[in-house]
Order: sequence, then C-alpha cells, then structure tokens
Amino acid sequence: MIEIRDLHKYFGALHVLKGINLDVKKGEVLSVIGASGSGKSTLLYCINGLEPIQQGHVTVDGTDVHARGTDINGLRQKLGMVFQQWNSFPHLTALENVALAPRIVKGKSRAEASDIARKQLGHVGLGEKLDVYPSALSGGQQQRLAIARALAMEPEYMLFDEATSALDPELVGEVLETMRMLAEEGMTMICVTHEMGFARDVSDRVAFFHQGVMEEIGPPAQIFGDAQSEHTRKFLANVR
Amino acid sequence: MEPTVSFFSGFTLNDLWFLGEAALRTMWISALSITIGTVLGVLFGWVLYEGKWIATLTVAPFLDIFRSVPLIIQLVLFYNFAPIVGLNLDPFASGVVILTIYTAALVANVARGGMEAVPAPMRRAARSLGMTYWQDLRHVVLPIGGRAVFPAWVGVALGVMKDSALVSVLGYVELLKASQILITRTQEPFLILTLAGAFYFALSYPISRYAATLERKWAQ
Repeated sequence: MIEIRDLHKYFGALHVLKGINLDVKKGEVLSVIGASGSGKSTLLYCINGLEPIQQGHVTVDGTDVHARGTDINGLRQKLGMVFQQWNSFPHLTALENVALAPRIVKGKSRAEASDIARKQLGHVGLGEKLDVYPSALSGGQQQRLAIARALAMEPEYMLFDEATSALDPELVGEVLETMRMLAEEGMTMICVTHEMGFARDVSDRVAFFHQGVMEEIGPPAQIFGDAQSEHTRKFLANVR
Repeated sequence: MEPTVSFFSGFTLNDLWFLGEAALRTMWISALSITIGTVLGVLFGWVLYEGKWIATLTVAPFLDIFRSVPLIIQLVLFYNFAPIVGLNLDPFASGVVILTIYTAALVANVARGGMEAVPAPMRRAARSLGMTYWQDLRHVVLPIGGRAVFPAWVGVALGVMKDSALVSVLGYVELLKASQILITRTQEPFLILTLAGAFYFALSYPISRYAATLERKWAQ
C-alpha cells in the first residue's frame, strides 16, 4: 500500500504539490488527470524518491521513502516506472535492455536475467524483437520495451508518467493495450495520463489535480459523470 | 693526393631496421601515455562533470595549464626541473609523465562532454530500476557517453601519438629522433623523412580504420 500524507514539494520558490493526502491499495488502478503543470508527474517522482520532498511523508508498504537510512535502491525495485520519454538504453539490444537491471541490481546470472527478459518481452508482445537495437523499434515498441524493463524487476507497483504522450497517435493504442493487460492481471498502477478513455474504462479511481492540489478523487463514474469540483468539470469539458 | 675521408655513408637495410625499432618505441611511449592518460582523463572528466565549484577551483585550472602550454615547453621544463625536486627521470619516463598528463587534460574535456551527452531522463530511468549511482555511471552513462565522444577521443589519441615526436628533444630515440640521426649520417632527408612519415601512417591508419569499424557497428 502506498500512503501519502500532507506531501509538499517545492521547486525553488514554486510550490508544486500543496499538501497531498492519498492512499493507493494493492491491486488498485488509479489514474491521475489534470492540466500540464498541475503537479501530477512530480507526484510520481516523489513516490519513488527521484525527487526529494520538503514536507510530509510517502510510505510504501510501511517504509518511509524519504526517511534517512531508507534503502531507496531496494525500495525502487518494488516501484516500476515508465516515463513519457521511453529512455531505452541505445547501446543495448531489447533483450539486454530488459536483462541489465535484474543482472546488476538483483545479482541474477546472465542466463537467469536473459530468461526473465525473454519472458517479459514476450509478455508485452516483443518476443520477436529480442536482438534488435532500440533505434530499429518504433516509439510504441520502445515504450513497451520500457514497460518490460520495469516489469523484469518484478515490481509490486507500476508508475506510468504520461506513457503515451510522446507517441504518434497511431502508436498510442498498443501501449494502452499493454497497460490495460497489466491492470487486468491485477497490477497496482498509478497512471498519470491524458487518455480519458483509459482513465474511465480501466481505473478503479480517478484523481483530478489542479495547481498542486488534489481537487477531487473518486470512481470514474463520479469524476466523468458527476464531478463535484468546478475545476474538474471545466477541465473535462476542455479535453473532450 | 690523400684519399678523402668519408663522413657520410648511404642508407642501408640496417637503417630501415633501426627506423622500425624506433617506430616501436613511438608506439610504446604513445600506447602507455594514451592508456594511462585516458583513465586519468575520464576520472578528471567525471570530477568536472560532477564537481561543480570544487572542480572549477582545482582540477579545471590545472588541466587548462597542460592544455594551453605547448607540449615541447612542458617536456623541456619538466625534464630539466624535475631533478631539482629530486625526481631523476630518464627521457622515456619524463616523456611518459608529460604525455600522460597532456592526454588526461585533453581527454577530461572530451569525457565531460560525453557524460553531459547522456540525457538526464535516461539516468532517471536507470535509477528508477534500482541502480545505484555507480551502476548507472558504469552501465549507462559511460557506455552511452563514451560512444558519443569516441570519434573525438580517437582524434586526441592520434594527435598524442604524433605529438610524441616531441619527446625527441629529450634525447629519447623514437621515430623522429632516429630519423634525425640517420639524416645526419646519410644526408638523405627526403628519403628518410618519407620513410618516417610512412611509419607514422602505418601506426595511425589501423587505429582509425578500427575506430571507423566500431562506429559503424554502434550506429546500427
């Protein structure tokens, strides 16, 4: 379970997150929507400790992410993350991209790591591309590669930071399909997304962020059908 | 009339052998300096990349001196003044020391550029997988950055190899010094300098060919 309590984050003088309180239970799929600059991506970075926080707590399965003495590298193995820019390692083949972290972080043997990589690449539909370098893959394939790379660490949570925003429109579908598959398999997911269809159909809850504040959270039916906040209604009217 | 004494004698096959040996010495002093200099240079490059103001105050000016002062002046100064502080180094060792630092100074900036060429989001992705700072550096930053600046590094290495000719001023008999000795004896500068040039080319060409092959392989 991920527990966020009174989380404040500043970039210099800029107050990006203004006291966020949020729990995400095991098995839950949470979509986070909101305008650019509302702090939703920063929230993900604070959850896996890629950004320091100035106030509050983020706890993952009882471990305080930002506490001194927390084994952050160990904790991050629980928290797979997929970025807007897929960031495949260009000097490694698809197989090596996925096998690298299990080998050097988890200390698996080369053969074990390759087996894991083969399995995960097959899982996301890249079983035919094992020995291909990322430069020969489409954006959608590279993003699925990034998903496989995160899954290879056998995370308990997956954080998606606008995983489809940088893709050409015709490639969005295959990545959303992969994310939907993970959700159906019971993966706990926090998806920062601009894909309202995905948020509505796949999530258990949807959170709307506005200027660093979580304005509203609830089941998709409530957010998309009966939003309580004026800001939420305005935002949804604009994106439709 | 007395027969004239011959001070000069023609070029013989033995002289070619002599040049070949000298070429090996050029190769040896260059290989040593470039290898150690590259290791140090990457280390300095990392300090420049990470060190911020500390590096600006320490490593950066030190490297600037070695980058800016002509190599021949560095060699002569070091060779003649090192004994004053108790360092009695022969021409070879002096040459290696100066060529190494010179290489390191050039490579440091190349290496820094390489590390800066790795986008920050790439590093975040590596860290998000649970990699430590050093794992990220070793498995992501160095290979990706290294490939980005590899052509520049080859340029530095070939440059240092040719600049190693300057160690001849200390009396170390590498290719250039050997050529000078032979020219004095045979009075055939055209032939001998052409041969020396051919040896330099023979040392450089395989390296640049191999580098081109690597670059092609990485480009796929």
